[in-house]
Amino acid sequence: MATVTATANASHDLSRAPSVITLKGVNKWYGQFHVLSDINLDVKQGERIVICGPSGSGKSTLIRCINRLEEHQRGDISVHGVTLSNDVKNIEAIRRDVGMVFQSFNLFPHLTILDNLTLAPIWVKKTPKKEAEEIAMSLLKRVRIPEQANKYPGQLSGGQQQRVAIARALCMRPKIMLFDEPTSALDPEMVKEVLDVMIELAKEGMTMLCVTHEMGFARAVADRVIFMDRGEIVEQNAPEEFFAHPKNERTKTFLGQILHH
Amino acid sequence: MTDVPAGERQQLPPPATDSGALGWLRRNLFSSWGNAITTVVLLFLLLWLVTSFLNWAVVNAVWTAPNGQACRGHGACWALIHEKYRFIFFGTFPYEQQWRPLLAVIIMIVMLVTSADRRMWNQRLLWIWGTGSFLTFLLMFGQIHIPLGLILFVALAVGGLGMLLRSTVAKPTEIAGWRTLAAIGAIGIVLRLTGVLPPWSLALAPFSYVETSLWGGLPVTLILATYGLVFAFPYGILLALGRRSNLPLIKGLCVGFIELIRGVPLISLLIMASVMLPLFLPTGMSIDKFLRALVAVIFFAGAYIAEIIRGGLQSLPKGQFEAADAMGLNYFQKTTLIILPQALRVVIPPLINTFIGFFKDTSLVLIIGIFDFLNAANQALVDPNWAGFPSEVYLFAAFVYFCFCFSMSRYSKYLEVELNKGTRR
Repeated sequence: MATVTATANASHDLSRAPSVITLKGVNKWYGQFHVLSDINLDVKQGERIVICGPSGSGKSTLIRCINRLEEHQRGDISVHGVTLSNDVKNIEAIRRDVGMVFQSFNLFPHLTILDNLTLAPIWVKKTPKKEAEEIAMSLLKRVRIPEQANKYPGQLSGGQQQRVAIARALCMRPKIMLFDEPTSALDPEMVKEVLDVMIELAKEGMTMLCVTHEMGFARAVADRVIFMDRGEIVEQNAPEEFFAHPKNERTKTFLGQILHH
Repeated sequence: MTDVPAGERQQLPPPATDSGALGWLRRNLFSSWGNAITTVVLLFLLLWLVTSFLNWAVVNAVWTAPNGQACRGHGACWALIHEKYRFIFFGTFPYEQQWRPLLAVIIMIVMLVTSADRRMWNQRLLWIWGTGSFLTFLLMFGQIHIPLGLILFVALAVGGLGMLLRSTVAKPTEIAGWRTLAAIGAIGIVLRLTGVLPPWSLALAPFSYVETSLWGGLPVTLILATYGLVFAFPYGILLALGRRSNLPLIKGLCVGFIELIRGVPLISLLIMASVMLPLFLPTGMSIDKFLRALVAVIFFAGAYIAEIIRGGLQSLPKGQFEAADAMGLNYFQKTTLIILPQALRVVIPPLINTFIGFFKDTSLVLIIGIFDFLNAANQALVDPNWAGFPSEVYLFAAFVYFCFCFSMSRYSKYLEVELNKGTRR
């Protein structure tokens, strides 16, 4: 499948932006199950991509391959020109640049919110403690929960925890953010507060890859929507085109299922 | 029914018969005729048991007596304990020197109690244990000769650990200090091995020398249990981490060790350490019997602790590992900052359970002729002058064991609450 660069939209011209993530012929199997088959993807700097698809289609696996939480077996993945291999140095270099937000938050329950945020800057980036705490507090203000800094994750609501998780990822000053179904584990009334933070982030020009079924979010911020099924990229297009005129039958069925239920 | 709108109804108190002391009695002890009769009968039985025990142990007890004959026909013969307590506590340690093991026991208890406090969990712990252990062994041995090689090795180990653990937080000058220390140790060891440095040793000899075969009683139990577990604990952590390693060789070694050690009784391990090990050592070389027992205890406890900690590691959600990975933490940081703090919290109850078990299991060293507290108490019964009062001695021993074990159990409870502060909703 040919790589399609995002169609430029008026507010957000990516035609001259450099590529930051390149996947070439990526394949992965879980045992006999072919979870990613021949994925080609090129992500520009500042591009916002939404990946959707039925469960088991490989969309989570795809973004988890980018920071090597999953190992791909064939093909090349490179981030900022660094090609992923078994070399731990390369993996750590990529992980420093790539922030990730998980479906189940994965905050560290034994640390306070502030310690959750400062841990990686202090230990991985060797930022002085005081400076790390200042950065952490400014990020907590940005996600609108500075007053929770000294609480433990268990004392926060799901929406607050997910916002902390976003702030924690941002603490490392990543150039790329991966979101793995960030709102799927939330109660409905909390989805908006998390999406608002993500929309703000998108407006600031962060490169984002987001696995989600929030089609409103896709319409609002995505430069490109990718539909995956059975381990393949079936269709990708700018959101207006993607939702108005889906080309593939499988895309039509999927959109029919999630938009009119 | 009422027609008060929802949300404005008054909160009613529970029915009187269900609350208060009377309510509790009625619910739990006198809920039916059968239960009422059972309650009364059991109360009488309990009363009878307690009074007859108190009659024996307090009212009719003999507190002082010249010998066992004077005790006959009365209640408990506490005179025996009065007569033999020093032997029970300190075994065959030279009688006039027994203030030394007493002081050693006190130091060890102080050391254990202070390090139990969570506020002490920092570098202070190293100082407490360093000084405490040094004083304990100095008092027990009386004289210590520290070979130069050991001093150099400690310098290397401390310097190396300092470099490793403080690498991310220390100032360059501090790191330079650790480096110098490690370098002195390393160079010194090389010079010592090549024979440039003489086989000198630092002699500390304030008291008369008492060899380990004369040690006995409570200090032996405490030393075996404390140092056995203090070394077994980090060893068990390493085994548990090794068992989950992706490297087949390390994993295989750890699994093999754990299964081998768990597969044999502690007694057989102790016998191996005392009888078979000397056969393999070159002639003329001998390792102290006490040390061999200690190593056997460390191996044995290490294998059990490893399996408990593995349970804790497995209980952590995969997401914790992934989040740590995604943030770019390396294996060492991930393990010490994220995984172990959580895994160890989960396994506090089974861990303390094992500690209590090993505290008592140290009595098995009797097999190889070491007299710990219980075995010293047993020996006290052998005196023909005081024959025939085993219950008093065993009750006394049980009481002392209970004090230690119950404290550990309470400490486990405290630790659970303390470490989970705030992490629960």
